[in-house]
Parts: sequence; structure tokens; C-alpha cells
Amino acid sequence: MAGERWAPRESWRVRLGSGLRAYGLIVAMWVRSTMAYRASFAMTTIGTFTACALDFVAILLMFSHVDSLGGYALPEVAFLYGTSSTAFGLADLLIGSMDRLGRRVRDGTLDSLLVRPVPILAQVAADRFAPRRLGRILQGALVLGFALVALDIDWTLVRVLMVPVMIVSGTAIFAAVFVAGAAFQFWAQDAAEVQNAFTYGGTTLLQYPPSLFAKDLVRGVTFVVPLAFVNWFPALYVLGREVPLGLPEVVVFLPPVVAGVCCAAAGAAWRVGLRSYRSTGS
Amino acid sequence: MRLYAVVAAGGFRRYATYRVATFAGIFANTVFGFILAYTYIALWDERPGLGGYDQAQALTYVWLGQALLMTCAMLGGSFQDELIERIRTGDIAVDLYRPADLQLWWLAGDLGRAAFHLLGRGIVPMVLGALAFDLALPSNPLVWSAFLLSVLLAVVVSFAIRYLVALSAFWLMDGAGVGQMAMLTGMFFSGQLLPLTLFPGALGTVAQALPWSSMLQIPVDVLLGKHTGWGLVQAYGFQAGWAVALLALGRALQGVATRRVVVQGG
Repeated sequence: MAGERWAPRESWRVRLGSGLRAYGLIVAMWVRSTMAYRASFAMTTIGTFTACALDFVAILLMFSHVDSLGGYALPEVAFLYGTSSTAFGLADLLIGSMDRLGRRVRDGTLDSLLVRPVPILAQVAADRFAPRRLGRILQGALVLGFALVALDIDWTLVRVLMVPVMIVSGTAIFAAVFVAGAAFQFWAQDAAEVQNAFTYGGTTLLQYPPSLFAKDLVRGVTFVVPLAFVNWFPALYVLGREVPLGLPEVVVFLPPVVAGVCCAAAGAAWRVGLRSYRSTGS
Repeated sequence: MRLYAVVAAGGFRRYATYRVATFAGIFANTVFGFILAYTYIALWDERPGLGGYDQAQALTYVWLGQALLMTCAMLGGSFQDELIERIRTGDIAVDLYRPADLQLWWLAGDLGRAAFHLLGRGIVPMVLGALAFDLALPSNPLVWSAFLLSVLLAVVVSFAIRYLVALSAFWLMDGAGVGQMAMLTGMFFSGQLLPLTLFPGALGTVAQALPWSSMLQIPVDVLLGKHTGWGLVQAYGFQAGWAVALLALGRALQGVATRRVVVQGG
């Protein structure tokens, strides 16, 4: 990283602090620029909200024909939907612009970020920060709210705590996928859709019960890309259902650990990717 | 005519250049195909024969949806963004000087793009879907040709809608809002989220009468052999009717727009 060359003895604490500060400044800049056109902001936020809401309308239409999907009733599917959608929406708001990295590598505009004395990851993550993405979070939160009201659950303290914990760790896991996907773009510049398959595809997958999917697919999102920890495992605990694949009960409490490991791995992938970057020369 | 053939070939070649993007797109379409296929299996396990489809037909619907997603540009984009940009910057004035019809020029390019996306991003996910699931694919080549004609009409309807969206930039200067609305209606009313035959009551009737049903619901039903004989002619008539009406509307709107065009900074 360019910053390392200038100040190799900076501790990770200082770098994290300066990264977060830079991120905050760039985000504030984009928020100000968005708010210059308030009507446009309102319309695009409502648009994002509606786009996401239509996904749930499709699920409602399904449930107008059936009482359960894969053995799960509507409030249970809504719970999975709400948790997955909210976590993904938060990650998308915070660093959803990472998928533009491929384009920056391709057209050489990444160079302009490299010459600034600010961590590249913070710059790329905050680039084109889009407050309209609040629409997705709002929609996810509303569905989650509906689920929490409609579910018939024996709420214990652990179950109650599980909901915010899974939202926060889920956000971190999705964020790690965004960063790892962006790291991949350093090599395959044109492959933003691969990243979409894991992010948008991932959240779509998690909106449905694991009982719908083939065992190998569930294994894949448990052991390879651990999306199952975003909501499936902790949600199954809240809903009082059995953990799939015969895994031990303890996996339901692992989301924060998995989130930490994912973020560390994504950070390492990012550093390797950035080091391999060669400018276009144009 | 030769000119438009060249433009169409250019549209094809242009998208064929992005090989990595095509592979990445195939991957994404396949992943979504798998997710949707499993949800449809759960749905049709509960209610066999739902919406007039058996499970194999429902799964065929899923994979055709993925194959036609880019072909019919159901998320909008492609030439639409480019045309909006040209209107916004005033480059459109140059296009109007060209000895070619503006609408036909963009249509030709879009047909080339659609042909590439059908081959590049349609066939592989379809084959992978057929390997992994039991699909109801016809063996009669005539049904396949009937399907391809329906897809052609679908692309023209899709183009006509996106052309109208792009022209709105003459008045709004920024087509993003209209584009987003068009994407929403396109996703929902083409049947991409759920077959239109599953929409209840009046919503279902309206959805099937709107132009977007030409973009997925009708081509799928043609391939599944739901429209034969006179019914097939009617299905084509529906698609062609919307295509002609929307293209005519686009032409009229273009006439009004070019009379009042003010070139930025010109």
C-alpha cells in the first residue's frame, strides 16, 4: 500500500483511524452532493425501496398459493428475508460501491487514488457513496418488523440479543464479500457480475429457508463462502429449528467469529490484489 | 438496409469484445437460476400444476428467464444509457445530421446486442440448467423456430420501451428516475419475478395485457407449446401490436423532441 511506503512504522491503530476518518470525509462529501438535489434523492430512495419491495411482493404472491415453503410459514420466511435484506442493505450502503473497482482498474482512474495519502480501501469504499441505498435497509427493516410481530416465539434474552448480533455480523460478512470481490477485480477487471452473484445472489439465497436447497449448496455457503452465518444458522436458533447438515448446535453462536475471520481474510486478499496492480499506462 | 445490417453487426461485435464480462455474466445468471429453481421446486411441490405449469415447465420458465434477462434487457441499460448521455451532452445533434433514421439506427444496434446476449449469455446457463434439472424442452425444431421469432418480437418491444425511456431525457435532462421506474415495471410485469399466470385476479389480467408480458411470459409459453396454430398467430399479433404501437409512439415523440431540441453549449 502506498501509505506503508511513506510511513512504515505507523501502527495499525493509527492507520485504521486515518482510514475511518478519510472514509467519513469522503462519505460526507457524497452525502452533501446528493442532498444538492433533494427531490432526486427522495425519488431514487423511494425507487430503491420499491425495487426491493417487489422482491417481497413476489414472495407474498407465492404465499397466496401455498401455506408453507419448504416447511416454513410466511412469518418465518419474512424473518429470514428481513435479516438477510437488512444486513445486505447495510453492507451495500457502507461499501456497496466496491464493485466499481474493476472499471477503475480498466480505465486507469485507480491511479488518482493511489497518489493520495489516504488508504485506498477507504477511498474505494466511500467512492460514490449512495444515500438512496437507505431504501433497501428501510424495506428490509420493515419486513423484519412485520416478522417479529407475526412470529409466535418464546422470546428469551439470548433470542432477543441474537437479532441485533446477526444483523451486525451479517453486515460484516457481506462487507467482507464485497472487499474480497473487489480484490478479485484487480485480476479479472470485467468480472463485476461474479461479485454480484455472491452479494445479490447471496442475499436472495438467504431470504429462503435452507430446507429448500440441495445439501451441497448449503455446504458451499457454510464452508466455502460462509454466507449461512449471516442469518441462516442464528435465525434457525431464534425460530427454534434444527441446524442443517447435522452440524453441532454451537454454530448458531458463531456469526461474530465468522465475521471477524471473513474480514481478516478479505483484508489480506485486498492487500495481495492491490500489490499486484499494474496501471493501464494510458 | 445494408447500413443497418452493418450497425447490427457492430452491436454484436461490440459486446462480443467483453469476454471476461460474458463469462462473469454467465456465472451470475447460473447462480440466480439455481436459487430460483430450488424455490420453484418447493412451490410446485406444494402445489403441482400451479399457474398451468407442471414442475418441469416451471423450471424451464426459470432458466428461460435467466437466458432472456440480458437478451431482452429487462433491467434496462445498454443503448438507453448511451442515448440519454448523448441527449444530455447535446451529441444527439450530430446523430440527427446523419443520413440514417435515428430510431432504426439504434434498433439495429440493439438487435445486434440482443443476438450476442442470446448466444453468449443465454445458451450456457440454459444448458447447465438442463443438465442439473428436468426441463420441458421441446424436441420439435419448429417449436424452437417459433420461439426464436417470439424472442425477436420481444427484443423489439423491449427496444421500443427503452427508446421511450431514453427520449424522456429531452424533457428531464436526466433519465435516471424514468429508467429506474422502467426497470421496476419491466422486472415485475415481464414475469421475471414470478410467472404472470400466478398473479391473482385483476392484477393477473392487467399484467398479461401490458407490453412487458411480451418480453418473457409469451416467449416462454411459445417454447412450452402453450400457443399453437391460431393461438400462436394471436400471440405474435399481441407482441407485434405492442411493438408497432410503441415504436410509433417513439417516432412521434422523437418528432416533437427534435423540433424543440436545444443543443447544450452549441
